[in-house]
Amino acid sequence: MARGTAATGRKGRREAASAPPPRSSLAEGVRAGDSLSVARAISLAEDRSPEGAALLADLAPSTGRAHRIGVTGPPGAGKSTLVNGLARLMLDGGRTVGIIAVDPTSPFTGGALLGDRVRMQGAAGDPRVFIRSMASRGDLGGLAAAAQDACDVLDAAGKDRIVMETVGVGQTEVEVAGAADTVVVILHPEAGDGVQAMKAGLMEVADVFVVNKADREGADRLVQDVLDVLELRRAAPGDGWRPPVLKTVASTGEGLPALLASVEEHAARSRASGSFDRRRRGRVRSRIRDLVEESLRARVLGAGGDALEGLVDEVVAGRESPRGAALRLLRRVTGGREPGSDHGWRR
Amino acid sequence: MTERRIRVLICKPGLDGHDRGAKVVAASLRDAGMEVVYTGLRQTPEMVVETAIQEDVDAVGLSLHSAAHMTIFPRVLKLLRKRKADHILLTGGGIIPDEDRRELEEMGVGRLFGPGATSEEIVQYITAEVGRRRAAARAGA
Repeated sequence: MARGTAATGRKGRREAASAPPPRSSLAEGVRAGDSLSVARAISLAEDRSPEGAALLADLAPSTGRAHRIGVTGPPGAGKSTLVNGLARLMLDGGRTVGIIAVDPTSPFTGGALLGDRVRMQGAAGDPRVFIRSMASRGDLGGLAAAAQDACDVLDAAGKDRIVMETVGVGQTEVEVAGAADTVVVILHPEAGDGVQAMKAGLMEVADVFVVNKADREGADRLVQDVLDVLELRRAAPGDGWRPPVLKTVASTGEGLPALLASVEEHAARSRASGSFDRRRRGRVRSRIRDLVEESLRARVLGAGGDALEGLVDEVVAGRESPRGAALRLLRRVTGGREPGSDHGWRR
Repeated sequence: MTERRIRVLICKPGLDGHDRGAKVVAASLRDAGMEVVYTGLRQTPEMVVETAIQEDVDAVGLSLHSAAHMTIFPRVLKLLRKRKADHILLTGGGIIPDEDRRELEEMGVGRLFGPGATSEEIVQYITAEVGRRRAAARAGA
């Protein structure tokens, strides 16, 4: 916690210099757990506004306490229903809970229909739960970063357990899964050959497997399929954790207490073995990298936005290669230097 | 900084199950580029307001066909004010007699849309009204 004190000192100086009062009172509101402040803070972070960045810096010393649980799986596997049930059990156990539920943004209109709350009515009525629906806003690959910023806000607001529910299967949800301390992958017997589809991605990130809708035909076979694939997977480095495969019926709550126990066991064990810290470092590393990429991309394409179409013309006409065109765009930001050279990005 | 996307909460409070209208409106608002949070049926005014706050929406649209509008709209409005969230536009639609509509609008509820309303009208109204409120908030800040 010595780091927290140092950070607070820095914050004090920065605020004295320039910050307008509303922001610091917003940070105080978040730390006090005020819903309006938490909601506003998540919006600022989500919009990538400069105030949002400053606010997250203010909140940084108050983060790091919550355990983050990622829940992912194919569409219709029962993610929202299961998250709702888990949240209620966590509340019964005296925890405070935050939920981030991500739904896809339409690539055509930019709009989104965020319907996860329909299946979360049990938890949604309880003031101890803060639920935020989030559109993936896929344009700049910002899904994971925005969801993680939102987690930081909920963490600073004092939530002990934060559950992130991803969009259905694809690539992005592996990203979000990488944002969690414990990853729960949900499958269901009616998804067809689900295990084949996820051999490469989800199989490697799952800490706990759930076969939901276990009252339907084919559940036992699916459990066996997952176990077969897991045979081939090495035990996690450090704590030797082997992902259990649990059966649930989320709509009735069957199997959920065992699932929660398994999640808590993973939380305790990964913290004790140090794999929790390693993972968190990895996560922070890739977040920083993503954010650098995102702002560079915005800078390069923003500065060279008008030039882009001209370059497209040249490439289509065969006068330039795509790589050559990209380098020319990059040079506009790096001031003519080769972006690969040592000082290429300064300025 | 590009303008923040308009976020709207669409709810069906009370006990009637006629959610067709709410779903059609939710889909049109999404198609107009808005982020629409949809909660489904049987929401209490308290749930509506808590959800509106957590989701940081610009507008709440309530769909009512149960004749409970004179109870539910004023209650939601009062709770929004009590929670200091009355920057959120409260609008809606359903089967609401003209007389009641005028009375609700005088109380501070936004425009209410009847059976003849088109999706375009609703989209235009929400876009314009949210734009106006945001501009006012910026001027006041």
